[in-house]
Amino acid sequence: MRKNTNIGSSYSKQDRVAKPISRRSVFKMGLATGIAVPMSALGQSPNRLRPQPGDQLVFEEGPNQDALVRPELLELEQRPLSALARDPATEVLRDGSRLNRVMITRIDSEKMSARYQANAAEGVIAYSAVCTHTGCDVINWDEGRLRMACPCHESQFDIYDGAKVVGGPAPRPLAMLPLEVVDGIVMVAAGFRGRVGFTQQF
Amino acid sequence: MIRSSIFLCCSLVSSFLFAQALPPYNPVTAERLLDPEESNWLMYRGSYDSHGFSTLDQIDTENVDGLVPVWSFSTGLREGHQAPPIVNDGYMYVTTPQNHILAINARTGDLIWRYVRYLPDDLQQFHPTNRGVALYGDRVYMATVDAFLVSLDALTGELIWEVAVEDYYNGYYMTMAPLIADGKVMVGVSGGELGIRGFVAAYDVMSGEEQWKTYTIPAPGEPGSESWPGDTWQTGGVPVWLTGSYDPDLNLAYWGTGNGGPWMGDTRPGDNLYSSSVIALDVSTGELKNHHQYHWNDSWDWDEVSAPLLIDFERDGRSVNGMVHAGRNGYLWYLEREADAINFVDANPYVYQDVFTSVDPVTGRPEYDMTKKPGTGYEASFCPSLWGGKDWPPAAFDPESRLMFIPANDNVCSTMVGEEVQYSPGRSYMGRGTSENGGFFVRPGTDHIGELQAWNVDTGERAWTTTFESQNWGPVLATAGDLVFMGGTNDRYFRAFDSRTGEILWEQRTNSGITGVPVTYTLDGKQYIAVQSGWGVDAQREQNLLNMAKGESHYVPQGGVIWVFALPD
Repeated sequence: MRKNTNIGSSYSKQDRVAKPISRRSVFKMGLATGIAVPMSALGQSPNRLRPQPGDQLVFEEGPNQDALVRPELLELEQRPLSALARDPATEVLRDGSRLNRVMITRIDSEKMSARYQANAAEGVIAYSAVCTHTGCDVINWDEGRLRMACPCHESQFDIYDGAKVVGGPAPRPLAMLPLEVVDGIVMVAAGFRGRVGFTQQF
Repeated sequence: MIRSSIFLCCSLVSSFLFAQALPPYNPVTAERLLDPEESNWLMYRGSYDSHGFSTLDQIDTENVDGLVPVWSFSTGLREGHQAPPIVNDGYMYVTTPQNHILAINARTGDLIWRYVRYLPDDLQQFHPTNRGVALYGDRVYMATVDAFLVSLDALTGELIWEVAVEDYYNGYYMTMAPLIADGKVMVGVSGGELGIRGFVAAYDVMSGEEQWKTYTIPAPGEPGSESWPGDTWQTGGVPVWLTGSYDPDLNLAYWGTGNGGPWMGDTRPGDNLYSSSVIALDVSTGELKNHHQYHWNDSWDWDEVSAPLLIDFERDGRSVNGMVHAGRNGYLWYLEREADAINFVDANPYVYQDVFTSVDPVTGRPEYDMTKKPGTGYEASFCPSLWGGKDWPPAAFDPESRLMFIPANDNVCSTMVGEEVQYSPGRSYMGRGTSENGGFFVRPGTDHIGELQAWNVDTGERAWTTTFESQNWGPVLATAGDLVFMGGTNDRYFRAFDSRTGEILWEQRTNSGITGVPVTYTLDGKQYIAVQSGWGVDAQREQNLLNMAKGESHYVPQGGVIWVFALPD
């Protein structure tokens, strides 16, 4: 009898059942119908690319939904809001993957761990919204202890210490997105510091 | 939709190092599924009636204290190992988190093959687990967390076909063991936290062609649609994430359904049919023939996804063709099943429950203490907690003693408040705000949480209760040896109980906490007990909240191991 290890290919995006309501599905429909969709030099749709240096950030929720992120639009230590990057040249919103989503808030930079201070811009910080445990959106907020929290399995992350894991099963901190402020607008200074999302076990 | 393995990127590693004298594979026929032999464990609960009971009695109350491990097998994975080892004449199939399937020589514990599924990077797993395979012919079937149904060769593990049941990106996923009956393989979908519209779908067991798909939320104009306002039906949740029971005489499959979404009932005023219900689907057509809703307009996250156990019981001198369900809502429900109706018989609490003020004696419809019903901007506390009196771990029934065994949790409660939430495909759509200590507390003055309860289904009386300080997430196996097997506690023990008294007769400490479904079978006439140990998912989540509530740091190690026990020769 053979002893086998089968590595199953799990999916083909073309074969998946697409719902017409998602932007991502609209993009896929574009592929299927031959409508021209801008692609990056790497062959990947620009809306699927992770946030790029020079990108702006746009609120995805809250009272300023769809507005560019500016420091004064965030209150100190407020509940983090989700945001997406946008290429200011092409105005492409990088909404093609949930791995692109970040949670942003504003902190007291002097209280921030020194090694992460350079990633903040006038107190604005951005962490990946995707938990490193099993990939859920980290949308909960412990206002008393200033921790981001995952609703799936209660992992908790210290926003003042690089999203260090301070509770729950997450194996790694949330990836941090370095920011800078240019002409009053919060922009992406560099790619994610750390791996975004969960790591599948084999 | 259906793809042959020939187009897929697979790698195959072969080895003859562990070549064993495996017998020829015994194909699983419809007849064998209808009347499973006691020497095997061919499906999730052992039989279509979901009794979780075996007539094997070699291991009994007199000798169970001699049980010893025979072999074990590390899965190499973390998180919740909840699947039963499915056994067919020497071949054992075990699923793990991340949708691995291990095919193992049940005699030796040697690996025959391993299927490993690549999961998409952007997948989110609310419940990183899987609850087992289904068998038919010479094939193995698994529902995946990225919402595919796969069919594999039972001897080689080669993928024969896979079907996209839905799009994971929109929040659909699957953790249940498929149900195979009447030439079809049936699955339901998870994702009630993510704005899905739940359904059960059936596929031809050989070709994978879709046969029918029945939504758990009626579309406008369909019966029951008036119980959903506006467009709420499109994203109202009502998942089906546990294997159904099947009555071959009626050709009806009975499925438990989840709560509506978002979690707060005031976002979807109405009864929200067929949420928190049992639904009977005609296996030939998928037609929803009848239903019973355990509770309406849920605001407590009380899924009722456990399929009812098909049990004929006595009531008032009458034999009832019935079914019994230990509800997450804390009530033990007795129902009558007929071809065209599900009739309410009676219901009473089996754990402390402070929400229902009454249950209509004719219809079974409960009335609520509305101060205990959280809403948008209205915080309320209630018992049992959002995990209910019993969550997913299956109960068992011994038809000889007439006892039903319930793995329960008592004395834990929740506090919840709703907040406005906006639908976005695949994103959290619960609308639960933040409450103190994660919205979880233990009732003051109580000394335990976990329970194993035994109820006589004919008298409706509780026979005994064995308690544990720990929470209990242990699926139950009952045997004709007057034994009940269960783990489930945070001290990592797997235990055998005297089914007549609840006394603990044997226990074995394992590598991790046990939330796996135990099974029993024979090889060469000798009885074995098998179970997975591997703590995770909601058992771990509750532990985190208990640690916060008690100021403790109790640690339950993770990592899956298959354990097999037997009496010494």
